[in-house]
Amino acid sequence: MDKLKVAILGSGNIGTDLLYKVLRSSWLECSLFIGRNLSSKGMSRALTLGVAVSDKGIQCIQDNPGSCDIVFDCTSAMSHNIHAPILAELGIIAIDLTPAKLGPFCIPAINLDACLNDVNINMITCGGQASIPLAYVIGQTQKDVEYIEVVSTIASKSAGPATRLNLDEYIETTEKGVKMFSGCGRAKAILNLNPAEPCIDMQTTVYAKMPRVDLPALQQGIAEMVQKIQQYVPSYKLVIPPTYENNRVIMSVRVKGIGDFLPSYAGNLDIINCAAIAVAEEFAKNRGKGREAQ
Amino acid sequence: MKNVIISDATLRDGSHALSHQLTREHIAQYCRAADAAGISIVEVGHGNGLGASSLQVGLSLLDDREMLQTARENLSRSRLGIHVIPGFATINNDLRYAFDYGVDVVRVASHCTEADITERHISYTREQGKEAYGVLMMSHMAPKEVLLDEALKMQSYGAEAVILMDSAGAYLPVDVLDRVGHLAASLKVPVGFHAHNNLGMGVANSVAAVEAGARIIDGASRGFGAGAGNAQLEVIVAVFERLQIKTGIDLYKALDAADIVEKTIMAAIPYISSVSLVSGLSGVFSGFAKHVGLAAREYGVDPRDIFFELGIRKVVGGQEDKIVEVAMELQDRKRRG
Repeated sequence: MDKLKVAILGSGNIGTDLLYKVLRSSWLECSLFIGRNLSSKGMSRALTLGVAVSDKGIQCIQDNPGSCDIVFDCTSAMSHNIHAPILAELGIIAIDLTPAKLGPFCIPAINLDACLNDVNINMITCGGQASIPLAYVIGQTQKDVEYIEVVSTIASKSAGPATRLNLDEYIETTEKGVKMFSGCGRAKAILNLNPAEPCIDMQTTVYAKMPRVDLPALQQGIAEMVQKIQQYVPSYKLVIPPTYENNRVIMSVRVKGIGDFLPSYAGNLDIINCAAIAVAEEFAKNRGKGREAQ
Repeated sequence: MKNVIISDATLRDGSHALSHQLTREHIAQYCRAADAAGISIVEVGHGNGLGASSLQVGLSLLDDREMLQTARENLSRSRLGIHVIPGFATINNDLRYAFDYGVDVVRVASHCTEADITERHISYTREQGKEAYGVLMMSHMAPKEVLLDEALKMQSYGAEAVILMDSAGAYLPVDVLDRVGHLAASLKVPVGFHAHNNLGMGVANSVAAVEAGARIIDGASRGFGAGAGNAQLEVIVAVFERLQIKTGIDLYKALDAADIVEKTIMAAIPYISSVSLVSGLSGVFSGFAKHVGLAAREYGVDPRDIFFELGIRKVVGGQEDKIVEVAMELQDRKRRG
């Protein structure tokens, strides 16, 4: 069966790392790698890998509307606001890795199937991909959850200029996702940057305030969730198992990246890319099913 | 005669020592005393500043608004200051309303190598017509050349002063001379210094900072602050008088303010306990002291081992979750023998 054709819009770190992941996928094929500057690092990598490239931005897709079924948008929220209606008009599905928040929030381990009916899917934030699944399990298994807090610490080197300038948006988007998926009305997100060398792996801790806990249900739910996430993020690892102390639950995960284009300490960037690939592959698999049924 | 601005961290850094349980009465009483003494800037808030009340660091008894409102009502001469760490506090969630409560000085802080995350909060403060300082925390962890680069970034964002914090109490006077001197020689804006007392150097380091060109010095009455406490504010005032450094503070009234803190606010006078000494030696954030004590008891391990292990891992402020993880690992190691 033919692979599903995808285009990558944005040739920065995220886009280039995604390219490696697409090339490894048995369901996806990169038909276009699009940036703005042919001499950029990402572009020259793509050329070396024998991928068709363009420096024309979204125009390139408008000129060749049949070139792809899905676009990964790795540009910026501002650019995605322009790209989204164009892609919708062309009937191309957008998987949005910017914080534009136009489409529904997607965490593959939670709501992958529900997202397949949409044409624009938002991948929330890197910290959100790590923490929200755990917050979701808390919401599903516990009663009277008063408050949930998610704290991520990432290596300074894995936070580029855009991340740094957009810390507030990161926090607010992650908080929104935590509330939405956990059903808990009060949530807080915190982000720390740690400059230690060698670089630390991404670590995310989830706390929840509640008067009592159903620990067996929580432990079982978390174990199942971690397994589900490991299917698309192999190194997602529970380092502090769910523990109840002083009227709060605490648990912690560590995420090491696969180390495709980005170094392996950048688990924060890897996890959002892995999640985006999982969404695209699901579209590819479903298209296959549809054809078999005909 | 040199002029130095004293910025009072009592009601902010002291929050760490009280596990962030300051009451309205504490704030009102101390603010009146500090105001009467003529202290230039009085900070108030959670130990990690605005928007930092959290399970990670500790929940505040009062919310930020109540703290700011109470302080504002009781300050007339002194300016009201806040500590703000991007990553904890956002402009929309937190900073926006702080100005409605009459905040005058916003001290925007980051770990000492991460100044670029302070850009938006500093600019926003300046756009509101308020004073913005940049604060480099845990400044013992980076060489002076890096500190200068980061301080220059803050200056370019509009910071009207840059404060070096010795958040771990790890500096000796010679380090202060070297680092503060390097910044003071190259920045257009004034340099400040914030000392902790883990190695018994709080006041000596504050004197060294002024010698090296600092024009803003942070202190806390009776040393009320995280871990071994801060440079003791009333001692700084007295020593500076002796050195003919002008602070504009009335010594007797500063002593009265310190007595109020001792008698009515603090649970215990800060001192250099064996554990805070180790905390300073290992270069770990002073604000971790209470958490390390709790985790050591919970998991039956030596708090000194926790501090040294955190130091080896180069943990920064805000990483309180690491304390639990390290305590669990030490317990596991102990069980296996």
